[in-house]
Amino acid sequence: MATVDAVVGPRRRSAGLLTVLTWIIGIVFFFPVLWMVITAFKREADAYTDPPSLIFTPTLEQFRALFDAGAWPYFLNSLFATTVSTLLVLALAVPAAYALAIRPVKKTQDVLFFFISTKMLPVVAVIVPIYVIAGRIGALDNVWTLIVLYTAMNLPIAVWMMRSFLQEIPAEVLEAAAMDGATLRQTLVRVLLPMVAPGLAATALICVIFSWNEFFFSVNLTASQAATVPLFLVGFMTSEGLYWAQLSAAATLASLPVVIAGWVAQKQLVRGLSMGAIK
Amino acid sequence: MSAAGGLRRRRLRLLAAAGGVALVTGCAGAGALTSGSDGGTTIVVAVVSNPQMTDAIALADDFTEAHPDVDVDFVSLPENESRAKITASVATGGGEFDVVMVSNYETAMWAENGWLVNLQPYADATDDYDTDDFIAPVRESLSHDGDMYSVPFYGESSFLVYREDLFDEAGLTMPERPTWPEVAELAAEIEAANPGMSGICLRGLAGWGENLAPLNTVINTFGGQWFDEDWNARLDSPEVREAVEFYVDLVRSHGQAGAATSGFADCATRYGQGQAAMWYDATSMVNVVESPEDSVTAGLNGYAPAPVAETDASGWLYTWSLGIPSSSNHADQAWEFIAWMTDKQYPYLVADELGWERVPPGSRTSTYEIPEYAEVAAAFAEPTLSSMEVADQDHTMAAPVPYDGIQFLAIPEFQDLGTRVGQQISAAIAGQISVDEALDQAQRYAETVGESYQEEDVS
Amino acid sequence: MSTDVATTAVPPQPAASARATVRSARMEGWRRRAPLLPALVFAILVTQIPFLVTLWYSLNSWNLVRPGSERFVGLSNYADVFADRVFRQAALNTVVITAGCVIVAMLLGIALALLLDRRFIGRSVVRTLIITPFLIMPVASALIWGTMMFDPLFGLVNFVLTPFGGGEYDWTSSAPLVSVIIALVWQWTPFMTLLVLAGLQSQGRDVLEAAQVDGAGAGRTFRSITLPHLRRYIELGVLLGAIYVVNTFDQIYIMTQGGPGTASSNLPFYIYQRAFLGFDVGQAAAMGVVVVIGTIVVATLALRLLFRSFAQED
Repeated sequence: MATVDAVVGPRRRSAGLLTVLTWIIGIVFFFPVLWMVITAFKREADAYTDPPSLIFTPTLEQFRALFDAGAWPYFLNSLFATTVSTLLVLALAVPAAYALAIRPVKKTQDVLFFFISTKMLPVVAVIVPIYVIAGRIGALDNVWTLIVLYTAMNLPIAVWMMRSFLQEIPAEVLEAAAMDGATLRQTLVRVLLPMVAPGLAATALICVIFSWNEFFFSVNLTASQAATVPLFLVGFMTSEGLYWAQLSAAATLASLPVVIAGWVAQKQLVRGLSMGAIK
Repeated sequence: MSAAGGLRRRRLRLLAAAGGVALVTGCAGAGALTSGSDGGTTIVVAVVSNPQMTDAIALADDFTEAHPDVDVDFVSLPENESRAKITASVATGGGEFDVVMVSNYETAMWAENGWLVNLQPYADATDDYDTDDFIAPVRESLSHDGDMYSVPFYGESSFLVYREDLFDEAGLTMPERPTWPEVAELAAEIEAANPGMSGICLRGLAGWGENLAPLNTVINTFGGQWFDEDWNARLDSPEVREAVEFYVDLVRSHGQAGAATSGFADCATRYGQGQAAMWYDATSMVNVVESPEDSVTAGLNGYAPAPVAETDASGWLYTWSLGIPSSSNHADQAWEFIAWMTDKQYPYLVADELGWERVPPGSRTSTYEIPEYAEVAAAFAEPTLSSMEVADQDHTMAAPVPYDGIQFLAIPEFQDLGTRVGQQISAAIAGQISVDEALDQAQRYAETVGESYQEEDVS
Repeated sequence: MSTDVATTAVPPQPAASARATVRSARMEGWRRRAPLLPALVFAILVTQIPFLVTLWYSLNSWNLVRPGSERFVGLSNYADVFADRVFRQAALNTVVITAGCVIVAMLLGIALALLLDRRFIGRSVVRTLIITPFLIMPVASALIWGTMMFDPLFGLVNFVLTPFGGGEYDWTSSAPLVSVIIALVWQWTPFMTLLVLAGLQSQGRDVLEAAQVDGAGAGRTFRSITLPHLRRYIELGVLLGAIYVVNTFDQIYIMTQGGPGTASSNLPFYIYQRAFLGFDVGQAAAMGVVVVIGTIVVATLALRLLFRSFAQED
């Protein structure tokens, strides 16, 4: 796009072409998202036309209607389940990762393998007992049930990630702390935590993404009291017809928190997605 | 009746379906976080997101105003999902729901298992709640040992709706009692006269409550059966094969686009938007196709009884009803809600707020005696009632069977069996497998179920 | 479910413990383990106990909607599972979906990463655009694809294809697996792109420049230097992608409901159906156990690979 100079070498021109190509691909990739956002500002009548229309009067009507009709409780449930489970995950994973990275126990690898193998356990294999047990103890449609399950779901990733962050801390730092006679807790809080703060943020980001987007447990174990945002969206499958504008508004709102978090923390995203394997 | 007005109305309904939770109570969904903050009783009502139910959700303010101590949370899902959730909850005593929407398929079986509260004492103790007013076949289908265990919200049979205007234009006449071959011929002719339109809309979406409902009535009237009296599976019989081939051929050659994934709702949209000339489905369709706001076909429709082949009649009998799971801790409040939603006065409320054509049909005889309703329902009241009257096995089946039900088999396994057979049929409609392959697999599924009943009979 | 992998990577115990008495060594051991225990106990309780119950259920015949039907039947559920044509089809679909999605997403990811690994105007904007699909809630993306993209009448995909002879093609019923895979590829390509991009950027510029000085063409540099360097990043992406994609549920639940018929059922969705639509607890449990065993076999191999490529550098 920048190469309009009079003297354009073949190299320069092909670089320009590649840039244009990259931009085009980027926009094509983003287009479904863009279309969703555009549709969210349409009236229903403008939403399903053939050919698809780009010219319309934007309206906030769809968003207003969502909140009038009670999207809030779903968002509150999602927010609560996501926040609490993420905090719980960190509270459990940081000490565990510490034990595995800095003061390795015997069979460190076995333990790591155990954690990651629970991540590979297909959740569908355990949903029936979870449903039956939750039913017997009166824990169906309860947001705490989701919190426990989300914590278990994200724990292995968090342990792996935090371990990789902690391993980067130079041994001298810890030795110095030990010489000063610091207790385990002091070492953790005063010395380690500040150094792994970016790692904590990355771990939290990944946990937030997975819990916010989680659908399987939510659809099977909740009904109304604890229903989360994905369930609110599924409500749009009920359509006795087409409600794309409404659906788009809901989908946009539902995705917004994670999209913004991911945009802001792109760097952490890579490391988090690879469970800490990629620095 | 502008298009925009229609859309607004429909959106409202969708919202009721999607966000019903707080529509009524404001912040009920947060109950898990701030549980019991308002001191009242919250009852959770699980319903199927059909038009009449979403209307009821929208009207629920009327109930909560009269019962300030009761909050109502709705869980409204499409039929398959809703049934799965309700059944799982009721069967395991999960206790998430205080009111559940069930049907004449579940009621008697669940009553026998002790999963539903006997509603007869409640109904008898409620002033002016007249159970004898319910249409007789419907009432009987919801009773166990003479007591009602769920009460009907609406009832339906099945019939054929067609575009009288287009038939007139094309010089075609719908016979008074059409047969299926006649309908197939009409579909071809009307399609030829109206390019771009499909001749008929028929459900193809997999599910025993979806494609199997119309298909089973076709199987019945062609003389087929699922099991003979000794529980031998008969899905491989020539009669069943002929019926299924007929249905699949008809929908593939003259049916709607995307037939394999279209259920009641999709057909309602397609017919209502003028994309199909006929539609064989539940009589409750009148709420959509006669509503000027939802449909461009209002006032243009003619109705014919369910098409037949070997039998005199072939319509099904189905009723969506409300019951209370035994695990509910709020049975009294649940009953108050049920009584509100199934009362003689409810049609007046619907009429005031939404119009007479939106009144849930087929549950109470008294509804048909309301002059305003009779006027609005002139085109379809008689076809609806007369279809329901003959909706029994004697009129719609050619051969005796060991199970109850017309378009379903009232056995617990049918939910699963029907869904799996429905999937095979759906695949055949999509053209992914042949009808023969679909029926071979279906027959194997059915044999397993049949064998378990044969063992029971021996022991 | 722990795996016995060579313990060569466990660092040697500090020399201090040799001098200590047995008792203090034991205490020291517990001190080391203590921070690990809460997480370990929690994970065992929440994941292993339900699985043991699943094992027990799988040996019983139990239809949830037929009270009193629960009885011990040994291994007969497993026999039924292996005889079930739909189960085999679902297993095959799972493989097709996982392999199709991971391979296509990885190829696209490599191409995109190469394009992004250059300096150009708006590079960070384009990168942001490209990662967005991964951040969209899967349920939302499935709804968008299932309706606004793939609708036969008003969908964008058919609209875009009209000039190329596309008509009112009904994507989700005529090509359900392809539709699901497209939606999944869209979601997972950003993931692959980011991993490969990280690999490219960790590559020493000096090596590349040296290659250029030696007169190696771009193609040869890519084949002989970049690709070998990227290998472990690609392996990692394929592995992690497979772990997530193999459990795909949302897209199938929303876009196709496993249909038409059972054409697009994968194992998670089919087991869900057997459990929550069929209420056949015994069979659903047996299927779950079979899937877990299959996953363990594949995952153990995969994890060894993962460890081999990333453990040494720790």
